[in-house]
Parts: sequence; C-alpha cells; structure tokens
Amino acid sequence: MNPIVQGLITIVIGVGGCIGYFYGANFVLDRFIFPAKGKNAGQNINRANMVRPWLFLFPAMFALGLYLVYPVFGSFFRSLYNRSGNDFIGIGNYVTLAGDEAFRTAFLNNVLWVLFVPAVTTFLGLVIAQLTDRLRWGNIAKSIIFMPMAISFVGASLIWKFVYANDPDIGIINAIRVGLGGEPLDPLQVPFWNNFFLMVILIWIQTGFAMVILSAALRGVPEETIEAAIIDGANPFQVFFKIMVPQIMPTIVVVWTTITLLVLKVFDIVYAMTGGNFGTEILPSYMMNFMFRDDGIATAVAFVIMIAVMPVLIWNIRQARAEMR
Amino acid sequence: MDNIAGQKSSLSWAVNITVVLLVLIWIIPTVGLLVSSFRDRDQISASAWWESPFPVEQAFRARAEGDVTQQGDLYVITGNVYEASEVASSFTNSRPPISAFGLTGREPGQFQAGEEVENRDGGTVIINSDGTFTFSTEEDPEAEGFPRIYFLAETPPDFDLQNYDTVLGGDGMGQAFINTLTVTIPATIIPILIAAFAAYALAWMDFPGRGLLIAAVVGLLVVPLQLALVPLLKLHQQIGIGQSFLGIWLAHTGFGLPLAVYLLRNYMVGLPRDIIESAKVDGATDFQIFTRIILPLSFPALASFAIFQFLWTWNDLLVAKVFLPSSDESWVMTVRIADDLLGSRGGDWGILAAAAFVSIAVPLIVFFTMQRYLVRGLLAGSVK
Repeated sequence: MNPIVQGLITIVIGVGGCIGYFYGANFVLDRFIFPAKGKNAGQNINRANMVRPWLFLFPAMFALGLYLVYPVFGSFFRSLYNRSGNDFIGIGNYVTLAGDEAFRTAFLNNVLWVLFVPAVTTFLGLVIAQLTDRLRWGNIAKSIIFMPMAISFVGASLIWKFVYANDPDIGIINAIRVGLGGEPLDPLQVPFWNNFFLMVILIWIQTGFAMVILSAALRGVPEETIEAAIIDGANPFQVFFKIMVPQIMPTIVVVWTTITLLVLKVFDIVYAMTGGNFGTEILPSYMMNFMFRDDGIATAVAFVIMIAVMPVLIWNIRQARAEMR
Repeated sequence: MDNIAGQKSSLSWAVNITVVLLVLIWIIPTVGLLVSSFRDRDQISASAWWESPFPVEQAFRARAEGDVTQQGDLYVITGNVYEASEVASSFTNSRPPISAFGLTGREPGQFQAGEEVENRDGGTVIINSDGTFTFSTEEDPEAEGFPRIYFLAETPPDFDLQNYDTVLGGDGMGQAFINTLTVTIPATIIPILIAAFAAYALAWMDFPGRGLLIAAVVGLLVVPLQLALVPLLKLHQQIGIGQSFLGIWLAHTGFGLPLAVYLLRNYMVGLPRDIIESAKVDGATDFQIFTRIILPLSFPALASFAIFQFLWTWNDLLVAKVFLPSSDESWVMTVRIADDLLGSRGGDWGILAAAAFVSIAVPLIVFFTMQRYLVRGLLAGSVK
C-alpha cells in the first residue's frame, strides 16, 4: 500500500479510535456499568468517578508501559544473553565491553562530552541571554541563535562539514588558516581535539535552548535586589555574577541536566561527521555499530547509558515530588 | 534594566559588538550552506561561497579548433577559443577576457594571455585575451585531432536551481521528503489526544496513586531511547508489524508521550480552579469538563507539544534507522543524507548543500512562524 494512503488511514483510525475509545468508554461507564439512577444512584456516581481516571489514563499508560517501561527490563535481560539470544551468559557482554579498547575510548569520549558540552552551552546561553536582554535588537539576535534548535542533527552536521572542510575554498576554518599562512588540515582528523570540534556542533545547536530558558529566569529576578546592589556600588559584572546568577541557580541546574541527558543520547553528529573514526566514538554511536549485528552487546551498551542517566532520573523524580507537596 | 543608575554607556558598545560577533558565528555556517546550494559544481570548486557574488576565475579545457594552414613543417591553427565546441555553451552571452592559458591540465594558467610560448614539439602557441589564438604544431590536426588547450577566464556569478533538481529527482530526496512527511504527521497527531486525556486525569482527577504516576512520567522523560530499540523491534517482528511505517508511528507515539503528558499536565494544573469547580457544581461530568473547557483552554500547550513532536520526528535519525524498512524507497531524509549522500556524493558540495536545505527548510519555516509556542513549551517543560 502507498505509505501516504496508509498514513492518512492511520491518522483517521488513530484519531477516530482515540475519540471513539474515550467517548465510548465514558458512555458505557455512565450508562450501563454504573448508571446514575435507580436506588444505587449515589453510590454509582462515586464508583464511576473512581474508575474514570483509569479510563482516561489507560491508553497513555499502556503505550508508556509498552514503549518505555518494558524496554528497560527487556533490554537488561537481553543484555545477559549472547549474540543469538539463546544462551544465558550473565555479565559476559559487559565483560566483553570492559575489555574492548573501542568501548573504553567511547566511554572516555562520552565523559568529555558530558563535562564539556553542558558547561559551555549553559555558560554561553547565560551570557547571551544577559547581553541580548539589554539590546534593542536583542530579539532578532535571540531568534538567530535559537534557530539551530529547529535543524536536525544530521542537517547541522552537514552544515558543519562545510565549515570544517579540508579545501580552503569550502571550509571557512581552513580558509582562515591558509589566509594566515598555514597549511590546510582536516579538523576532524586531529587526534583528541576532533572530539571538541564535534562538540562545537552540539553546542551550536543547544545554546539557543539554554539562552531562552535562562533569559526567562533572568527576567524573573526581582528588580529590587539589583537596584540595591547598584546603590551599594556593585559594578555590572558583580551584579550579574553575585546577584543574578545565584538567584537563578535552580534554573541553571535544570538546563545543565537537560543538556547532559541529551549528550548521553545523541548519536547523529558523530555518525554523520566521522562515523566514529579517528578516535571520536561515543557510546550511542558505538552502540549503533552493534545494532542489527549483535543485540546482546547493543543492549549492554544501552544499559550502560541507562546507568549513566540514572542519577539524573532519580534527582528529577525527587524534584517533581518535592514540587507537588 | 536599561536606565538603572550607574550603568556605563561604554559597556553598551562592548555588548553590541559582542552580540554582533556571536550572531555572525551562529549564522555564518547556515548562510554558507544556503549560498552553496545555489552554485554549480564548477563555481564551487573555483571559489569559496563567500566570494560567490564576485566573478570567478574558472579554468576551461578545450581543443584548439580553427582554420589550419601549412607553413613549412608546421601546421598553423588559427581561431577563437570561445568558439571551441567544448566550451562554446559557457560563453553564449558574454566573452570575458582570458587572463592566462596553459598546455597541461595540471597548470591551466601557466602563461599570461598574449605571451608566445614554445610548444612541446617545436611549434609556438599564443592565446590573446580576446580569445583569438595561433597554435603551430608538427602534428597534422586533420589526422591527430586538434590539440588540447587550457585557459582561465573570469565567469560571472552563476546561481541556479540545478542542484535542487538533481537532489529531488535522481538522488531520491523527493521521495525521502514525502516519506518524512508520512512519518511525521500521524506521529505528531496521535500522541496529542492520548496524552491530553491522561494529562487531565493527572491534573484534575483525584485517585490513589496519582503522585506515583506523575513521578513515573517524570522518570520516563529521561529514559534513553537506545534501550527501546532492540526489545521493541523484536516485539514488532513478533506481532507482525516488522519494520514499517506503522511501526515507526507507534514508536514515535510511545516515545513522545512522556513529554506530552508532562507538558500538558503542567499547563492544565495551572488553569483556574474556579472554572472547573463551577462547571462541576453546574452538573458537568469530567468528560464534558475536559472536552468543553480544558481542551480549548489548553490550546497553547497543545500547540507547543505539537511543534516539539513535529520537529523531533522530522529531525530524527535513530528511530527511522531502526524502525523503518532498510530499503531505500522508504528512507526518510535524514537517513538518505547520512547513509547515502554523505558517502556517494561526498565531495559534491552543491548537491549536499541542496539536500541539507531541502531537509531543514520545513522545520525552519515552522520554527520562525511558531517560535512563540515553542518558547512557551520550553519554559513550561523546564522551568519548574
């Protein structure tokens, strides 16, 4: 069947099915199971109100359970089996990983990414938010810096392939190098530093996100605190770093952790730019080498990523619970 | 902040300049891509995109075709290089002056125009800046064919849609564009409805375990997609969906739900309690409150999520690689670029630029027209 036709049918069935389910389930509940009439009317209304939340929740809970909760366990169990999935080998896959030079490289590179990208992105976002807030054309500047958020990681990688290109007639970096009298070189093949050149792409994409959120937080800083500091003789830098930044610290932490999580999941940039060559492998791209080839290893890598994410996950849940109280 | 006493005006200069520089750094890569996508291959290899508004000195290769006369041992060919059959089509409108010429492909600009130089076999060659040339050689051009010449000429900037034509047709980006659209639209619409009902239940209905469920949604927000790939692909194969569009719609729906529920619940919880309670007093059921009051009031949050989910599914590479069939007629644009064009068209910058721009054009339009909702969604999702 033509995918477009199939797509249209899916939209109709999907949306129609959802509406039908919610309306139908609600109708059946009120009319037939616990009708609000007869001698049990009052009791029935209460009962219906106890069941209804679960009717509303069911499709979402089912999908979440199947597509996100089940895989956590499914992946973990799969990672305990060998390549074919028939033999239980315990932590064998993890032992293999620990002994693999490429895995260690990927792991260490990922540590670099996690340390570097969120720090630089948050800092740049904060500085740009503060600077643009004072300008008359600040909103235009913000739009431009925010724009890469809309671009796919693959598209962004391609854009930066141009910037990094070896040919000084294509790559602006090498054009500048040659202009200054140097020899062109391929930035993506410079050992160790090439990791940072790849990180620049993610920083370029994510700074807009940090900027938007931190800019909103900065606007929420009470004016009195700033005025008081200025009257006490603080210079603009002191006002910014000693008065404003401490007050938006919780938001900075949220931005920082959000970007950290992203860094642990993005495989597209490394995949499109270097394919993991030249010592730039990171865990998500390393995992894709085994996808479709050795599910045991692939799931083991995925689970390592899950463990890395775990602290943030727990912290997030704690925050959410604290807010609800 | 503008007029607070004590602000130094010298600082505002520094701020302006810093922001201009930052904006330039941010926009230059994208501008480069856009400009390159409209230039043809010869121009790209001859000059950089930032020189593209200026004429380019381009090397041409032709045969010295012209009238042959015999003088002693030598055959003398006279003619005009602009009329040589290989390059004539490039010079139909204008004949820019020739700056240099050469006799080998390695050094097409070895000699100044107008300079008379020795040929390899004892004759001489001269090409003037107006294109006229005299080429004398011992070899009979009638028998051996006209000899090769190379020359440099300034060609005016040339922008056209040739790359887009190539990319959309032969390179399959047209089909990939349709595939991306086919993946994106159902994957954006379906989670919204499911999530809206769940968000309402989590925001306004009282039942045991509500807090726990909200915590679970927050937790699922950060579960890495990588975990889901292997078990779900297996599940899809077992229930007969396999790698297909249906599979990717389901997958995107599942993966998008935590954000959808979280965003919508945060928004709905902030709606005024009075409206909902007075509706209840008036005898409205939960279902009516949801469809008549909550849903219309939550439009901004629904729009924010729709934009997020649209951008995310449009730009996704990972899920598409795993859940769509691996045959190339169902590739989406990101897969087409990353797995095919980057390899097969590796050095063809104009083609790559056009392909990239085809894939980022729609998200950019969505971004610039609906930025307001996007920002609002980001703020609702993160600042809490």
